[in-house]
Amino acid sequence: MSRDAILGAIRRGLRRGPLPDDQKLALRARLDAHPRHLIPARSQVPRPAQVALFIANVEKEFGSVTRVPTLADVPGAIADYLAAGNLPAHFAMAPHPELMDLQWALLQPRIGRAQPSDLVCLTQAFAGIAETGTLMLPAEPTRPTTLNLLGDIALVVLRASRIVGPYEDAWNWLRARHDSTTGGFMPRNVMLVTGPSRSADIESTLELGAHGPRQLHIVLVDDDPAAIA
Amino acid sequence: MQITSPAFKSNVAEALADPHLQKALHFTRPRFPERRAAAVAALPEFETLRDIGRDIKNHTLANLDFYLEIWADNVEKSGGQVHWCATADDARAAVLAICQRVGAKTVTKGKSMISEELGINEHLEKHGIEPVETDLGEYILQIRGEGPSHIIAPAFHLNREDWEESFRKTHTDLPADRVFGERRDIMVEARTILREKFIAADVGITGANFLIAETGSSVIVTNEGNGDLTQTLPKVHIALASIEKLVPTLEDATSLLRLLARSATGQDFSVYTTFSTGARRPDDLDGPEEYHVVVIDNGRSAMIGTEFQDMLRCIRCAACMNHCPVYFTVGGHSYGWVYPGPMGSVLTPSLIGVEKAGHLPNASTFCGKCESVCPVKIPLPKLMRHWREREFERHLTPGAMRNNLAIWGWFARRPQLYRAATRVAAWGLGLLGRKRGRFSWLPFAGGWTDGRDLPAPEGDTFFARYARQQRHKS
Repeated sequence: MSRDAILGAIRRGLRRGPLPDDQKLALRARLDAHPRHLIPARSQVPRPAQVALFIANVEKEFGSVTRVPTLADVPGAIADYLAAGNLPAHFAMAPHPELMDLQWALLQPRIGRAQPSDLVCLTQAFAGIAETGTLMLPAEPTRPTTLNLLGDIALVVLRASRIVGPYEDAWNWLRARHDSTTGGFMPRNVMLVTGPSRSADIESTLELGAHGPRQLHIVLVDDDPAAIA
Repeated sequence: MQITSPAFKSNVAEALADPHLQKALHFTRPRFPERRAAAVAALPEFETLRDIGRDIKNHTLANLDFYLEIWADNVEKSGGQVHWCATADDARAAVLAICQRVGAKTVTKGKSMISEELGINEHLEKHGIEPVETDLGEYILQIRGEGPSHIIAPAFHLNREDWEESFRKTHTDLPADRVFGERRDIMVEARTILREKFIAADVGITGANFLIAETGSSVIVTNEGNGDLTQTLPKVHIALASIEKLVPTLEDATSLLRLLARSATGQDFSVYTTFSTGARRPDDLDGPEEYHVVVIDNGRSAMIGTEFQDMLRCIRCAACMNHCPVYFTVGGHSYGWVYPGPMGSVLTPSLIGVEKAGHLPNASTFCGKCESVCPVKIPLPKLMRHWREREFERHLTPGAMRNNLAIWGWFARRPQLYRAATRVAAWGLGLLGRKRGRFSWLPFAGGWTDGRDLPAPEGDTFFARYARQQRHKS
């Protein structure tokens, strides 16, 4: 059987049999502790600077950010963004409670996963990572993956209290999750998204909007008093 | 993929005489190093992270059997299936069996070098299944019937005219008189056509940049989003991964990801870094119903415990080729198989045999730039030297080269004679080349001087200068 053949060949190369129990225990302890390595200093700053770093990194990677004071201001910010871009008022929206509870007024969200015909998609971010301006978007029934990919315009709502410095802090939040079907914490899919889709395959020159969204716009809700400078 | 590595020399002759290729190489050459340098300068911890990256990979390789078993258990616990494949044949058969079982007609593909290594496309086509490459670069290469010339920028050897010509020839249902005003128009046409393919596909095949033992996840890294559409829309996702992609934890993967994009494209982080763990969960609104990982050995385990084990640390960033003077003179296709540049010069002989790929480790100036930029500190020049030694031991080195090495060896074992001879040569060449400081032609060295100039010695040998400096010091 291939499994045994491969494991056997590896052990022959390492000049040993299966690991003895004490060494297995030590490796299991490493897995359980999942120790962090060096964390770059750039994101280890006070909260207001962390949020500013997140925004600066999103913009550096050709994304854009609007800050609003409360969740209730999100529909207005989105309406303004769509109007400014001459975009239609209807869009696909994640069935996330944070979004479902909002008053959308003249906007027309369609709740559910994205369809290939959707021009604009709106989802909610689990976390923002200041280190590189990255969004963490784990798949959930309330956060379908297609919303991150199929639209020309990707809109994302992120609460400032969900911005962390390094990726490792966001992993720890995810580790608090429990998936009853697998017994683990990982959702089927976790996307880390940094800016809109792009390619440099044609003459090594960067163009935005290769297969995924051409624009990534984040509505950042200032729900964290400590993060406001 | 067809192997032309034994014809490296004639491949190179063609590449040097190809003005289109030379134009593309010349255009791209400065860009990769500039971008990497800027990203590295912005992260003061980068050098320390390289040590960490090396250590994580070494730790994993030393316990690879243990971590593979943990990883496979976790894949299965999360609703995925693992297919262990010792050889390329096994892997092709496993992929085909899955596609046939679900009655697949078309298969979309994310960019994957292991897929090129295995020849998945040819195998699927032979059995009536249409594979569609969706990475822009891979898509045009598929249209043109070419292989990639670079592991992360597979089609950078093509110029804009080549894209336009191929698109006009292939997309015949579009108006023949359409205008490609800018690069963007080319991309939009590919985006539109491939969108249909994504939606129609029955199976999506991706590679994997990492496998994570702790969670049973596979990770892909892309900028276009094609890999994500490939693995999200069809009802079946197959990830292809070789055994050395494994790391123990999310933290280990994260540290390596801090190195990967910076070393590759000079980005701080790629646009889409996606962790796949099992199949669609009961209440999910999208995602594949089946998740398979085809885990492949195909020659890797035979490198463990040998002097080539360090090569298994490679995370396929392409920094080594991006900084290689030989690669940017001859282009990727000259290397004659899947993996070009310094990493290919070490890996290819391991995977297809030094008797076929012996030219590759010889095609190096040993300038050491590759090792100095490698994010996991693989001693590439040393490993190429090991291949040269193996080649020599097996009497695969050409006669003329063996003779010249023997002559050099005879002198090198007689230091006084060696110093006298080099003194005369340095003095003579220094005198002859005093005016220009370099030679554009030398007798018996035309093959060397055709491609570049030889700097003239400044009249002295290294030994003489070293001895003089030592005297000054004391």
